[in-house]
Amino acid sequence: MAKQVYYEDVEEGKEIPQLVKNPTTQQLVKWAGASGDYYQIHYDKDFAQAAGLSGVIVHGRLKSSFLGQLMSDWVGEEGWVKKISVQHRGMDFPGEQLTCKGTVTKKYIQDGEHIVELEIWTENPRGEKTAPATATVALPSRG
Amino acid sequence: MAEEIITDEMKKAIGVPSEPVTIEIEKGMIRKFAESIEDPNPLWQDEGYAKKSRYGGIIAPPGLLMAAEMRGRGMEMSFQLPRLQILDGGGEWEYIKPIRPGDVLTVVDKLHDLREREGRMGKMLFIVTETTWTNQHGELVARALGTLINY
Repeated sequence: MAKQVYYEDVEEGKEIPQLVKNPTTQQLVKWAGASGDYYQIHYDKDFAQAAGLSGVIVHGRLKSSFLGQLMSDWVGEEGWVKKISVQHRGMDFPGEQLTCKGTVTKKYIQDGEHIVELEIWTENPRGEKTAPATATVALPSRG
Repeated sequence: MAEEIITDEMKKAIGVPSEPVTIEIEKGMIRKFAESIEDPNPLWQDEGYAKKSRYGGIIAPPGLLMAAEMRGRGMEMSFQLPRLQILDGGGEWEYIKPIRPGDVLTVVDKLHDLREREGRMGKMLFIVTETTWTNQHGELVARALGTLINY
């Protein structure tokens, strides 16, 4: 695990470390089983094509969960992910790399908590933000 | 000639809480979930490691509440959906307290809002559902708003 990040280390406008994911059809099936989402557009190509898609697509909530991991990795054990808000805007396909990225937008102290707000997203190989999101986290302070 | 797809019957369903569903959180469920997203964080799986952390034991990753099986009865709508296809438009998850193995969560869904919007294939319906998770100590541990697009 990366070393703990503290509130004092954070600067508005700065990028956070990326998380690279390579979803495969096998991962979509694993996610379907673990999450209980058996909608066929995520594993049955014929079904997906009949629904007008070019093939099976990555579950929106799998992408949201990747963004959850991006945040829990970043805040570390001393931090806490307070809120994640995701829009499933673009479709992603298994076999294509998904990169989870984030930028700090704001930091402030509220009710004794050291709060950081971020813009986070998943990005496809064409540089498109397929799941734009925001997050609010609490970080430990050195103070 | 604007066709209305939100009926009075649908509007009446807004704000009515679903019958609660009870979900017991198990260590294996958390591990399986973490493995499915390929998240190796030991806080989700390694009891010895997690014991020494400030949580004093294994906790669930943020993504767990995004899983369909953590939802309540919200999907059992009291009305017929006007369109055939469904897409998951996204959601907002607020984490208030850690969720641990052994927790018994009470899940309540509520239709929060209905909106319609003109899309490429005609009118689309946006269904916003609110979900709350309360633990066996009566503490609200998380809440979420999820948007489904019916088109």
